[in-house]
Amino acid sequence: MSLSLVVFYLLGAVCLGGAVGVVVSRNVVHSALLLLVSLMGVAGLYLLLLAEFLALVQVLIYGGAITIIVLFVIMLTRVQEFRAMKDNPQWPLAVVAALAMFVLLAAAMIKGAPSETTRQSVSFEELGSSLFTQWAVPFEVASLVLLVALIGAIVIAREGGEE
Amino acid sequence: MSALETLLLVLAIFGVLTGLSVIVLSLIWLERKFLGRMQMRMGPMHVGPFGLLQPVADAVKLMAKEDLLSSLVDRVVYWVAPLAVFVPTFMIWVTIPVARDLVIRNLDMGLFYIIAFSVLSIVGLVTAGWASSNKYAVLGGFRAAAQLVSYEIPLILAVLGVAMLAQSMNLEEVVNSQSTVVYALVQPLGLVIFFIAGLAELGRTPFDIHPAESEVVGGPFVEYSGAHWAVFFLAEYINTFAIAALTVLLFLGGWLFPGISGDVSALGVLVFLVKTYLVILVVFWIRGTYPRLRIDQLMSLGWKVLVPLALVNVVITASYMFYGWSAWSLSLMSLAILGAAIWGLSKRMRTAPTPEYTVKLYVPAPEASNAG
Amino acid sequence: MLEDYFRQYGLIAIFTAIAVILPGSLLVVSWLLSFLRIRPSKPNDVKRSPYECGMELIGDRWPQFNFRYYMFAILFVVFDVETIFIYPWAVQFKQLGFFAFAEMLVFILILVIGWAYAWNHKALEWR
Repeated sequence: MSLSLVVFYLLGAVCLGGAVGVVVSRNVVHSALLLLVSLMGVAGLYLLLLAEFLALVQVLIYGGAITIIVLFVIMLTRVQEFRAMKDNPQWPLAVVAALAMFVLLAAAMIKGAPSETTRQSVSFEELGSSLFTQWAVPFEVASLVLLVALIGAIVIAREGGEE
Repeated sequence: MSALETLLLVLAIFGVLTGLSVIVLSLIWLERKFLGRMQMRMGPMHVGPFGLLQPVADAVKLMAKEDLLSSLVDRVVYWVAPLAVFVPTFMIWVTIPVARDLVIRNLDMGLFYIIAFSVLSIVGLVTAGWASSNKYAVLGGFRAAAQLVSYEIPLILAVLGVAMLAQSMNLEEVVNSQSTVVYALVQPLGLVIFFIAGLAELGRTPFDIHPAESEVVGGPFVEYSGAHWAVFFLAEYINTFAIAALTVLLFLGGWLFPGISGDVSALGVLVFLVKTYLVILVVFWIRGTYPRLRIDQLMSLGWKVLVPLALVNVVITASYMFYGWSAWSLSLMSLAILGAAIWGLSKRMRTAPTPEYTVKLYVPAPEASNAG
Repeated sequence: MLEDYFRQYGLIAIFTAIAVILPGSLLVVSWLLSFLRIRPSKPNDVKRSPYECGMELIGDRWPQFNFRYYMFAILFVVFDVETIFIYPWAVQFKQLGFFAFAEMLVFILILVIGWAYAWNHKALEWR
């Protein structure tokens, strides 16, 4: 077993362990912190796949920004009232959704399995040049999507704040 | 990895560890002494010559102090939170060079790496506040997150300006590209934005909204004592040094100095340390001079002044680089915009009315007060 | 080259481990000192009560979260994502030519529109 495979399993264990912890934990804030652990594991997996920039983006956006948002949302909902929450009536739906997702991902993985020998990194420069020439339109669309997200957030916040 | 390489690596890591501990101790002493002299006091005097051993005594005291744990504390998170603050601040030192080739690892994406990891410690502060189960701590945690998050954007954009000038995110290349002119002269606007945002990231006066003693009595750290608190303290000083070091590397030419050859590592380290300590003295000087900002002023400064200025900085730098304008044009534009911003701000500060405040008094619900 | 890459991040992993061990050992040593009776440990009810300016705890442990904190967090996420898009462009826009340059100007313009909208709707205000 090569070293990178060992690292892969370790990181996979971190991701899965964190994710299971998120679901199992009785305390929502603990769940949020375990989510952070899981997301860091994903960043490690990106590194293993030679996607350096993506890994750092994962740390910056998910590790930093998204975790803070999640913590804020939890604190917005007054955690102490949900401390002993044991069950959620929607769990059958969640099981179906999770299974569907699993089947979809598994199928995609089997169909498009990358060969192990042709592993190569896309340099940061190549990433930039393809993003700004070949993928120029999606790039601009992304900025519009972010604009919409921003405006949406502000509109919702105003409705919430002025009742 | 050869034996020699491993040995060098171990030495380098030990070097960073001892270097950082000595620096933290020196900074604690320097801050107390400097602030003392600024306020016409003597500062630490009794432990060792000039009170030099005071921080060591403090460290021993912190370790041997009773650990006061409030009964409501969430034990696990309470233990983890100081680590969550400390780890990112320590990790960025992987790629901060102190002289030419004197760095643990020169990452090609060094600048981005530093930015990505520095955001992580915010999570630690929020959870520290939450785990303490204390009103002041929770409020401090929220404030920390809101403030640090707001100043992260101008910080990222200011760093971006430097990356554009150097056409690289490798810190060593950034310094080497300043061999003719330091970026402080090319891009004064960037330096000012970076320094202000950096101060805010450190939570230092005038931006110490989250540990504000007179408002939230120490913020996220209220319930922390002894060794737990020492870890936060350590992280804060390492961070202060990191921001000063980054200011020096990005804008003040790092280990380069006219007339001193950068090839000799020892000289380079010396130049770098002198510059960094000078920047840190400015940080302490600001702490001894200015009062704390109000939180609404803080947020306005971040979002209404620094973010647009940082964007303008990026755009003018891009145009300057792209069209190859003459070397002094960017400095002039930068200075003009900086001047205009300062003029506008000072004018507004003189004329702006105090914002209306709606203070909501906390009235406990009847059942809640009984339960408590 | 690939080996170098993994060595680089292996190094960072080692560094992370040290970053955990260092403060961790500080905490553990301090905890061990309590067994040597160097660190006192005499808790009582007053010491174990949460700090509330010397009074008894009033109301909830956690204050009501104010929505405005959330607003700034959302703004941060949006701006953060936008700024990381600028990074790949920043280090090589000279080679990418005028098209990419104009493209980024449009991108920043859209960002500024969002920012102006936020200001106009008082989302940047601390209320």
